[in-house]
Amino acid sequence: MLTIKILGTGCANCKRLEGTTRDVVETMDLEVEIVKVTSYPEIMSYGVLSTPGLVINEELVSQGRIPTQAEITTWLVDAMQTA
Amino acid sequence: MNSKVIPSTSKNNSRLQSSNLRAWLIVLVIALLWIALYKTIQPTANWISYSLFGLTEGSHLGDAVAFFLYDVPKIILLLGGMIFLITVVRTFFTPEKTRAWLGGKREGVGNFMAAAFGVVTPFCSCSAVPLFIGFVESGIPLGVTFSFLTATPVVNEVALVMLFGLFGWKVAGLYLVTGLVIAVIAGIIIGRLHLEGYVEDFVWQIKVGENTIHDEKPTWEARFRTGWSSTKEIVGKVWPYVIVGIAIGAAIHGYVPESALAGIMGKDAWWSVPAGVLLAVPLYSNAAGIIPVVHALMEKGAALGTVLAFMMAVVGLSIPEMIILRRVLKPQLIGVFIAILTVAIIFTGYLFNIVL
Repeated sequence: MLTIKILGTGCANCKRLEGTTRDVVETMDLEVEIVKVTSYPEIMSYGVLSTPGLVINEELVSQGRIPTQAEITTWLVDAMQTA
Repeated sequence: MNSKVIPSTSKNNSRLQSSNLRAWLIVLVIALLWIALYKTIQPTANWISYSLFGLTEGSHLGDAVAFFLYDVPKIILLLGGMIFLITVVRTFFTPEKTRAWLGGKREGVGNFMAAAFGVVTPFCSCSAVPLFIGFVESGIPLGVTFSFLTATPVVNEVALVMLFGLFGWKVAGLYLVTGLVIAVIAGIIIGRLHLEGYVEDFVWQIKVGENTIHDEKPTWEARFRTGWSSTKEIVGKVWPYVIVGIAIGAAIHGYVPESALAGIMGKDAWWSVPAGVLLAVPLYSNAAGIIPVVHALMEKGAALGTVLAFMMAVVGLSIPEMIILRRVLKPQLIGVFIAILTVAIIFTGYLFNIVL
């Protein structure tokens, strides 16, 4: 099972990233665990300077922006192949 | 993106080139439309007010209506075009690159570079804390970090564009340069005061991990998309304030007698600068609504220094930003920071009232 982490302290962009990610997961009909990471030490442990950040299976794939659904789909497919 | 997964073939490259070409063409067509539209605003506004509504040229009502019909589309078009341009330029900068550039810079040069990068580096105010931690943790001096964090709110892009549209490039330039100078000075003072002890202790214990995204180079199409989405977001948020602000401005323009305000907002009213700064604090983030009103006030005798100080306080002394920074700074340091900004802005007001 994939683990997706949304890094951010709850600003508007973090919520939008979470929404987009949930949409993609639903469309792909995947079984994933979505975790919201809000503590600074944990956010910083991924080396992120600008939120929101997106982490799939412990790998940081995007930071400081909201990726498109197509991008998130590609990353999820990649992660499933590696897993 | 994982470059190891998708090998860069020539087929991929040519597809990329054609999508970039298409993106450029679309932007070019929109730019031409934009220019054509911009050119027709003045004649259309005059035609509607004086021919369609049959108002008399030179009358109070006629002038106010023509002023409103000209300024609203002009400012909204300018905001759309310039925010798009600014955002596209900003896609060339990232907080990660900025941090690498600022590493190992001395005080002075470092402060100046930090202020300049603060203006062009894109980040939302909710990223202020991770940025702060990432900067100080990598060894960038506290004062240099503050120059970076001060420049962004003080030099606000909506305020800059509206000043350009209503006051012209000289006042917009003055605002930009003064904002940078204030950011540099605030950073140098904080650096000299050695206030590292007033940063919350947990900040120094955080270990910043290695960032695994290397050199993400967006395509032109992606840059334009980013520009378009932030233009939509910002213009979508500020347009009601622009309309209300310009309506009030138009009423002042048409009905308030010349130099009516010279006594209370002119150069000789020394108390108007600090009073303006105080009044500005609760108006945070409403630069869009306030600048048209201030513009009309200036025509009636308000002094430029007073006006500039007021506008910097509106965007720079932002309570929401201070609340966010409170998580990493002890109250004493926040207090020092606010005090320095306030004094610097008031000083700027007096300086321009005396010099200009």
